[in-house]
Amino acid sequence: MRAERGLRRALRRQVLVLVPLVLLVSLWAASLVHAKEAAPASADPALEARVMRVANELRCLVCQNETIAASNADLAVDLRNQVREMLRQGRSEREVFDYMTARYGDFVLYRPPLKSSTVPLWFGPPVLLAVSLVGLWWMLRRRNRLPPEQFENDPIGDANDTPGPARERAGGGDTR
Amino acid sequence: MKVLRYLVPMALLAAVVAFLGVGLGLNPREVPSPLIGKPAPAFKLARLDDATQTISREDLLGQVWMLNVWASWCAPCREEHPLVIDIARRQLVAVYGLNYKDQVPAAKNWLAGLGNPYRATLVDSDGRVGIDYGVYGVPETFIVDRQGVIRFKHTGPLTPDVLRTRIEPLLKELQRAG
Repeated sequence: MRAERGLRRALRRQVLVLVPLVLLVSLWAASLVHAKEAAPASADPALEARVMRVANELRCLVCQNETIAASNADLAVDLRNQVREMLRQGRSEREVFDYMTARYGDFVLYRPPLKSSTVPLWFGPPVLLAVSLVGLWWMLRRRNRLPPEQFENDPIGDANDTPGPARERAGGGDTR
Repeated sequence: MKVLRYLVPMALLAAVVAFLGVGLGLNPREVPSPLIGKPAPAFKLARLDDATQTISREDLLGQVWMLNVWASWCAPCREEHPLVIDIARRQLVAVYGLNYKDQVPAAKNWLAGLGNPYRATLVDSDGRVGIDYGVYGVPETFIVDRQGVIRFKHTGPLTPDVLRTRIEPLLKELQRAG
């Protein structure tokens, strides 16, 4: 009985390790599959590299979480061709981005420009983080300065800080 | 002071929930078009019914017109089509079609079967004009004023609600403006 229980417990522990591992590996495999991009359509590798670099910065509007480099949607193929044609004509990458934003808006850019309407987008998260860190620091400092008697009055703190014998027994008597 | 300790986190939580709630309600497909308020991009395209004739943007200046982007392969286009027919029948506006990345025979069949509300349908077989108009999901509908400026864009099938609350008031205003 005892050996069986030990075995079961070991198994359970292994499953706990294995499940996240399997998930991670499958995620990684999925990312590999998605990373495969559409085959280049022209013989010039230098041009093709530039096309892909630009296409990697542009959002596909049909499947909004993909770049037009990764997407095989009809529109993405057309837009890749458009990028290729513009670059072949000797237009700069800047001009290609301007061309796309004139038609589809800043939304096509994976790196939106910094302007008044995108200030919250760019600075919101750091500001939020800073505010919460200051809040955390302030709270911890305040608690640190409280005399110890203060904590005993807190009913929530009581339940967690003093493990009673009843809890001990409940934790140890695992017969499953 | 004690009350504040509960009220502040509650208020913060409420604010986060409110933001998430609004965010969930937004439609990610509705990308604001940068073309609103800009001159409609130029084009010169063959007519679906007569490939020898072309129509350009300049031909349509001086009137308020609607550009309805459709294709025979597009299922939602079928869904909105009765509404487009209704708009044409009530003569709310001159309706032009842009047949986007389609085959001419298939497009002709589609119109023959479902009814043709368009004054003319322009053939954009390679989707170039579609790109100029920022088309990314057929059907799309644009309204262009007499000066050739895009005033409105709707992505996805038209609905009676959009027609009543957005398009009809805008058309009244544009047609009054002269």
